[in-house]
Amino acid sequence: MRLIVCLKPVPDPKHWNKLRLDPETKTLVRAGVPAVINPLDKKALEASLRLREAHGGEVIILSMAPPEAAPVLREALAMGADRAVVLSDRAAAGSDTLATAHILAGAVRKIGDFDLILCGDETIDGGTAQVSAQLAEFLDLPNLMHVSDIQAGPPGPLLVRSLIEQGSLLVEIAPPAVLSVAKEINEPRYVTLMNILQAEQKEIAVWSLADLCLSEPCIGLQGSPTQMADLFAPQRTKRAEMLAGEPREMARQLADRLHRLGYC
Amino acid sequence: MDFKLSEREELLRKSIREWAEKEIPPHMEAMEETGDFPVALLKGMGQMGILGVITPPEYGGNGLGHLARVIALEELGRVCPAIPMAIQVHHMCTYALNTWGNEAQKKKYLPPLAAGETLGVVAVTDPSGGSDVAGMQTSAKLEGDKYILNGRKCFITNAHFSDIWVVIARTGEGGKGLSAFLVEKGFPGAKLGRKENKVGLRGANTGELVFTNCEVPKENLIGAEGDGMTIAIRDITECGRPGMASVGLGILNAVLEQAVKFANERVLFGKPISKLQAIQWYIAEIFSDLEIARLLAYRVGWMLDQKMRVDTEAAMAKQFNCEAAARSARKAIEIHGSYGILKEYPVQRLLRDALVAIPAGGTAEIGKLVMARTALTMFG
Repeated sequence: MRLIVCLKPVPDPKHWNKLRLDPETKTLVRAGVPAVINPLDKKALEASLRLREAHGGEVIILSMAPPEAAPVLREALAMGADRAVVLSDRAAAGSDTLATAHILAGAVRKIGDFDLILCGDETIDGGTAQVSAQLAEFLDLPNLMHVSDIQAGPPGPLLVRSLIEQGSLLVEIAPPAVLSVAKEINEPRYVTLMNILQAEQKEIAVWSLADLCLSEPCIGLQGSPTQMADLFAPQRTKRAEMLAGEPREMARQLADRLHRLGYC
Repeated sequence: MDFKLSEREELLRKSIREWAEKEIPPHMEAMEETGDFPVALLKGMGQMGILGVITPPEYGGNGLGHLARVIALEELGRVCPAIPMAIQVHHMCTYALNTWGNEAQKKKYLPPLAAGETLGVVAVTDPSGGSDVAGMQTSAKLEGDKYILNGRKCFITNAHFSDIWVVIARTGEGGKGLSAFLVEKGFPGAKLGRKENKVGLRGANTGELVFTNCEVPKENLIGAEGDGMTIAIRDITECGRPGMASVGLGILNAVLEQAVKFANERVLFGKPISKLQAIQWYIAEIFSDLEIARLLAYRVGWMLDQKMRVDTEAAMAKQFNCEAAARSARKAIEIHGSYGILKEYPVQRLLRDALVAIPAGGTAEIGKLVMARTALTMFG
């Protein structure tokens, strides 16, 4: 199987206290905050590695990221991916999910034949959960989200379990397809010291947008219908109110208040 | 001069940290209670490549080297210092074998040691004293195609959970009459003695190995007869002391993190105590000790990777780091106030761990003798 894993470097949650919001540019200031593989993307990578181990093939990492993201991609290679393609281009700056998906679709076309594209359901920074569906749309492929299990028995369709609120769906999908995985799918493997050594021999190809032959109005700020109107940290306030009376009376007061606040 | 770690070293730190934070804590309560080494972790450490970090790939290791070893031990120690204590002694066993062992010995013993299928020890100290290596009494006599070992080794890390022992014993007179042997725990006449009940580094088991007419095949002599003193001293210097410096460094990481966490959370006089200057002085002192300790330990790792002698630097790093760990842990307890002496808070354990680390791998005073000898020659 040929598997492409979309992977985004995101700010390490352990260092989120160092993140700042720039009120002028309305962007997240990431300087000084180390990047990690988006946790659900790591699970997508783990799922793809397990498919390769069962059926053979190749796992290719695809990421739109600045050159500083190289250590994150190296970690993905150390987990076991065969090679990585990173799209680094200033023209991609400001891309919203639609423009990002457009760029990723261009890169996928350039990579060529594949069986599956795997993504995480969402990232821990943007959290829009839109890119996999948009990517599938641009590539005219079936798309399934919240994937918790992938059974492949090539040749033939894949048996994919997708989580829904009431339970799960078991869906047959004929590859190629775009799947985005839920946190339940697996526990990613550790990177061993031998894997780190082996990853140093693997290729990280850096592509610019010129390599993808995309039309300019579709990329960067220009290709992004979503424009940030404002970005701010919410004011956090704490207020305590003491209820008095008999337990039954206090319970009634509490229920009233919760109802008024819209919680029940 | 470049102090920046390479991408490889940074990734190594990250992956060991992830492994340690997830895999070690479930064992720590039992380690504290029983003092026993968590054998269940050994295979995982083998798979991660921690056990084979200074073992060449041809013998089942990854050969990433000594700086990588220091970083790996530091990260293990940040979570639980007893683990790198045990593993650094295991490394001493692999180092002795790889440096002085012959091809057959390396092929037979190193791959399972690197994979975590066996746990190793180095046994130098006799009841007559660890610092007086030349005064040891454990004897080895060649009889036919076997050496017959008699005597007792004490304060041996990993003793009761180990499989492969590098044992130093007397084959002749004086310091040049010592030899090194590879002993398997199942050899006839090899037994386990006392299991010590230490106040700290619980989970890095310490105990005795007893030899009563213990039969060791002649081919298990490491190097030549008379090489024992060199093997013992160089193994302690090039592997044991850098290992203990890394244990101290790991403790210092944990101490600073615990001190800062508590100082930020504990509110007195209407604000976190981290806003108080007296607390900030403690924090600054612990932070300085941590950074100095890291520079000293990394320098030794780097020098070993350059094939340089580290006699003085390793003694300095070991002595400074373990004592810095103890004084910093005390300061962290001061920051915690009465909470610091409660068992729920890790700082009391970190102090006990640091105190036990000080005499391990050669006392602080022996380390100072090495340093003084260099200083008196260099500046005399």
